[in-house]
Amino acid sequence: MTTQSYVRTEMLGEKPPPSSQVGIVKWARENLFSSVPNIIMSILSIWAIYYILSGILPWIFQSSWNATSLHGCRDSIAATYGEGTEGACWSVIRERWQQLLFGFYPKELYWRPVAALILLFVAISPILFTAVPRKVMLFSMVYPFLGFWLLWGGSIWLPLSAIAGFAIGYAALIMLPKIIGNLGATIAAGLLPIIYWLFVSGPVISGLNGIAPIGIEGVDSDEMGGFMLSIIIGVSGIALSLPIGILLALGRQSPLFIVKTICVSFIEFIRGVPLITLLFVASVLLNYFLPPGTSFDLILRVIIMVTFFAAAYMAEVIRGGLAALPKGQYEAADALGLDYWKATRLIIMPQALKISIPNIVSNFIGLFKDTTLVSIIGLLDPMGLARAIPADQNWNGIVWEIYAFIAVLFWIFTFGMSRYSMYLERKLATGH
Amino acid sequence: MVTEIEREVDRSHMQVSDEVAIQITGMNKWYGAFHVLKDINLTVNRGERIVVCGPSGSGKSTLIRCINRLEVHQEGSIVVDGTELSSDLKNIDKIRSEVGMCFQHFNLFPHLTILENCTLAPIWVRGIPKKEAEETAMHFLEKVKIPEQADKYPGQLSGGQQQRVAIARSLCMKPRIMLFDEPTSALDPEMISEVLDTMIELAEEGMTMIVVTHEMGFARKVANRVIFMDAGQIVEENEPEQFFTNPQSERTQLFLSQILGH
Repeated sequence: MTTQSYVRTEMLGEKPPPSSQVGIVKWARENLFSSVPNIIMSILSIWAIYYILSGILPWIFQSSWNATSLHGCRDSIAATYGEGTEGACWSVIRERWQQLLFGFYPKELYWRPVAALILLFVAISPILFTAVPRKVMLFSMVYPFLGFWLLWGGSIWLPLSAIAGFAIGYAALIMLPKIIGNLGATIAAGLLPIIYWLFVSGPVISGLNGIAPIGIEGVDSDEMGGFMLSIIIGVSGIALSLPIGILLALGRQSPLFIVKTICVSFIEFIRGVPLITLLFVASVLLNYFLPPGTSFDLILRVIIMVTFFAAAYMAEVIRGGLAALPKGQYEAADALGLDYWKATRLIIMPQALKISIPNIVSNFIGLFKDTTLVSIIGLLDPMGLARAIPADQNWNGIVWEIYAFIAVLFWIFTFGMSRYSMYLERKLATGH
Repeated sequence: MVTEIEREVDRSHMQVSDEVAIQITGMNKWYGAFHVLKDINLTVNRGERIVVCGPSGSGKSTLIRCINRLEVHQEGSIVVDGTELSSDLKNIDKIRSEVGMCFQHFNLFPHLTILENCTLAPIWVRGIPKKEAEETAMHFLEKVKIPEQADKYPGQLSGGQQQRVAIARSLCMKPRIMLFDEPTSALDPEMISEVLDTMIELAEEGMTMIVVTHEMGFARKVANRVIFMDAGQIVEENEPEQFFTNPQSERTQLFLSQILGH
């Protein structure tokens, strides 16, 4: 016999939680004032934030936008906000923003870099977002040539001929395996385009120029500069360093001794040398090695060096991702009969890259900011201009405003990259 | 290690033919200086269901991994379906696409859905159109009784379900031989029987199977031959009834008394 029996006859309704458990009060209690040390820390932090902002915000907002020189700025700030007020002189940005963005690119042609930038976003959209129709990918493949043509201008036949080279390589890869086997076709696909570019493409271009001189006004590399230059070098470096880095990482793990040795030496050499050294090599030494008379565009040389540098780091980042994969994944791919390249493409790389996303994007961000080093070899990227503008008598002595502007430009781009990487990580998360 | 198998095994399709599926002759393998497999001779006819058992480190996993060349042997020959395993990559990929394998840790591809796991190899190795491959995959997923999980990712499935997917994935390649490398060792007891059940069904259809396992219940009911390995060599080989009731070698007797535990 139990006396503990109990039967509920009436179900309880829901009550709202006590007011200390909802909304901002609850949040503040839990996150700011949960204990004595926490309260002290919170108050100190709030004071520190106030202290910093109370110094910076007036400087930003009690500023001058319309002066034509630093003295003008100071006078106008003194007149508006009272004698002794320290304020930013944004007038220099107002006067020079075009230069900071485009360097010495001809003013009437600004639409071309702008168009190139907008089309860049179109071109990378199918790579970044799976929702974009796959057909846009065709445009992405043409974009490098289109972007180059828009920026540098000149004859349309040059980019078209470059495309033709790739088309020849692709055709060799598709058609030749039946005739000379897979290995032969791969080698042919590598060699034929190079032969075409070196010996055939020159006469073809001048021939076509003679028949149909279609083109837009050319712009010299000397005229390029500003943030545009950072984007050109940064985007090319990013786009090229990832595939090269992947190949280097795979090569480093290859059982083929020569391939492995070449990859390891490349990675260790490039990683062991400061980027600035490579840039000096690009700007000064490379000309000694090239045949006399070859003019090799400085920006192109810089892009190559930046790419090498980034690719070496990328290879190590991806190697980390490869090492993190369980051996069972390789074995399962092997056991299903997938050959090396299919296993790598379908099983290994998607997972290794996913693991490496945070590091890859970190490297991209680093690479993008490192492009400012080109100012040291005389290219007028934003940092180069930040030193050139104060040389103007009117703006002699100006420092912070230009650097702040450059910082904001870079931050917008790098913050975008960082957000995208977080989005991608969330999207690719399949484990539980 | 004896999971009770309640069901009756239908032996009507379990016929061993005279055709040789796998022929291993004088095979030796070393890891560095360590001699892991010593003079292995084994002939497997089509339709045979062979259970390989033995203490850990006896080389049983290494042996079946040599059959699809996940491990490379140094001496002797292995002929699978008339093709000799050599360093010729074409032969290796051909044999691997004919020989299915299930692993202790399933090794599903975590970045692909269950369906994609099953269709990947048929599409990329066999060149089967996607639609057809998906139909085949669904057929085999139904067979292992998890068609409703097709769009999930491996990480969302239980161990037993994952192993059944792994079996379905192998079957999608329509293999003529199936290798099982301790398929139930990483599973909870209740999941073991669902995987064993799937394997029994496969055996009932006449699949040639080599199974490395400690599941003696399975061996007794399904195998037509049990091989006992120790220290890298085949110590005893017999039909299950004889093997369990009348083991010849001392080593086998010791092993059986330990593993059967009574």
